[in-house]
Amino acid sequence: MKDMTEQNVIKSTSLLTIEHLNISFTQYESGIHRRVLSVIQDLNVQIHTGELVAIVGSSGSGKSLLAHAVLDILPYNASMEGKLNYCGMPLTKDRIRRLRGSEIVLVPQSIGCLDPLMKIGPQLVKGRKDAASKRCMSSILHYLGLEEELSDAYPFELSGGMNRRVLIGTALAEQPKLVIADEPTPGLDPAIADRVIKYFRDMADQGIGVLLITHDLELALRAADRIVVFYAGNTVEEALPEDFRNESSLRHPYTKALWRAMPQNGFQPLAGTQPYVRDLKEGCPFADRCSMYTEACSQKIPYRALRSGYVRCLYAE
Amino acid sequence: MAKHWGQHLLKQILRVMLLMAATSIVTFMLMKLSPIDPLQANVGQNALGSMSQEQIAKLREYWGVGADPVKQYLSWAKDFCRGDMGISLLYRQPVRNVIAVKLSNSLLLLAFAWVMSGILGFLLGILAAMYQGRLPDRIIKGYCIIISSTPTFWLALLLLLCFGVWLKVLPIGLSVPIGVEAAGVTLGDRIYHAILPALTLSITGISNIALHTREKMIEIMESDMVLFSKARGESRWAMFRYHGFRNALLPAITLQFASISEIFGGSVLVEQVFSYPGLGQAAVSAGLGSDLPLLMAITLISSAFVFGGNFLADLLYGIIDPRIRRGGQHI
Ligand SMILES: Nc1ncnc2c1ncn2[C@@H]1O[C@H](COP(=O)(O)OP(=O)(O)OP(=O)(O)O)[C@@H](O)[C@H]1O
Ligand SMILES: [Mg+2]
Repeated sequence: MKDMTEQNVIKSTSLLTIEHLNISFTQYESGIHRRVLSVIQDLNVQIHTGELVAIVGSSGSGKSLLAHAVLDILPYNASMEGKLNYCGMPLTKDRIRRLRGSEIVLVPQSIGCLDPLMKIGPQLVKGRKDAASKRCMSSILHYLGLEEELSDAYPFELSGGMNRRVLIGTALAEQPKLVIADEPTPGLDPAIADRVIKYFRDMADQGIGVLLITHDLELALRAADRIVVFYAGNTVEEALPEDFRNESSLRHPYTKALWRAMPQNGFQPLAGTQPYVRDLKEGCPFADRCSMYTEACSQKIPYRALRSGYVRCLYAE
Repeated sequence: MAKHWGQHLLKQILRVMLLMAATSIVTFMLMKLSPIDPLQANVGQNALGSMSQEQIAKLREYWGVGADPVKQYLSWAKDFCRGDMGISLLYRQPVRNVIAVKLSNSLLLLAFAWVMSGILGFLLGILAAMYQGRLPDRIIKGYCIIISSTPTFWLALLLLLCFGVWLKVLPIGLSVPIGVEAAGVTLGDRIYHAILPALTLSITGISNIALHTREKMIEIMESDMVLFSKARGESRWAMFRYHGFRNALLPAITLQFASISEIFGGSVLVEQVFSYPGLGQAAVSAGLGSDLPLLMAITLISSAFVFGGNFLADLLYGIIDPRIRRGGQHI
């Protein structure tokens, strides 16, 4: 965990602010019946320079869509509303198209994002051939602990973990101010996952804003400055890593359940499953699994500040 | 690695030999089962009526009527294996010479059609996919669908009518001008006469490769790879240059080499329509005229071409696709 005073010095300016983000899909059922699936509701996140914010949520909660929304690469049948602000100015579609790939970079979730027929080296630097790019290429490989010869290899010749590092390398090859890392550690053994997380921590320490998307709460706790908990397309809580020392300092019943499911805290799994987007009702998405549920929970729940964090629950205190 | 390739080559040689044997046997059997009576077809009922028994017996021997098929096949096969393709019964020349002439006529046509349809088809397929659902795509797709449901010979007739009969800018048939000595025929003449048949073959050949490339390219455009390329701010052109082109080219190459058989097949009809004296037309006359040695040789040469095409496709794929070339060996 980082020293608080030092952090406060670095994280002065706000880099990316997402306010009231909604994402929905238009689908056609049996050809004619049109329906709108709302997958992300009223999402609020803020990232400062030099800060690593982790978004933690289980599979299907809409984490990748959030990343894609920021980069304006949502599928054609998706639509989004809300306010995106980058460096104090609205992040319009024109602006993100200019910034993505240089100032704002994505580390994608799937290693299938690598071109199977392009060598690793050119892939790192988008095919640029100038001397500076060549130098950049080898310094990245070196930094990531990959042999220099690998720049001549194809993705299929590398292990999954090596390809993951190549994906991270694509972000390092630019001079980004904001890195959005979508699930960079699945399928990695713990030692390598730790190392991968450290790369992002290093980026943040150099002043880059990092949005780390993951389903692995423990991993997030090890590196993040703030944790945003995501449930069925809703941000249910925003907490500091310190809050996870005790159950009582956490705010939302879902976060508390996550805490209890951690190995060191008793390994108690939470019964039930996250509702699928199309079954979501108005009101608290966690209602079905919550012990504190009342009638009032079926109304829209506001996202409110609580003890230097945020929570979306009527009964949190 | 070397051992692997040696084995592969041996297997392919074995396969081509089996293929040749099977093709020759089937062709031979079909010829023997054919309802066409060689004497009736080539000598004619009237001429036969006025001949003596000995003359007819001689003719029957010449055309191989009533001979023991097994013996006949084996003797043909023995000669063929020694490199002797026999004498064409229709042309009364060594089959080898007949084929040399016809093949050189056809190759000009086939090669042109094959290269044109390959390059154009690939480019059109890419274009359609890059503009999926928009005007260029709809035009290209419409073209391909119309062409693939049009019989080749009908298209040939249409072009013949247009350019040969109405516009009179291209000849209506043959591979050389009428009434000119063989020595006086220039390369220009030959190309001039090959334009229409080659055009017909190219036009029909395009649709297959274009539709396949379009399909593949659309798949690529929807892949994670392209999504990431977009997220990295790569332009449409960079995306195509670095990712689309290579990934779409590989399957197109395989398809194009495998399509040699289709172009070969199409050439039979097209040469017939344009009276173009190529291998396809020779095959038709050999079949109808019961010219067994010629037909056997043409069939075998065609199947060798088709096999060669597939073999080359395999080989090229191995050279171009790093996943096969480097074959899982890690650095
Ligand atoms: N094109 C689409 N049309 C309709 N629904 C979609 C589409 N893409 C995603 N979804 C839905 O949106 C929801 C969120 O998807 P998303 O990929 O963001 O999840 P995720 O949190 O990244 O999950 P994972 O951990 O598996 O990556 C899922 O329930 C998914 O079914
Ligand atoms: Mg995801």
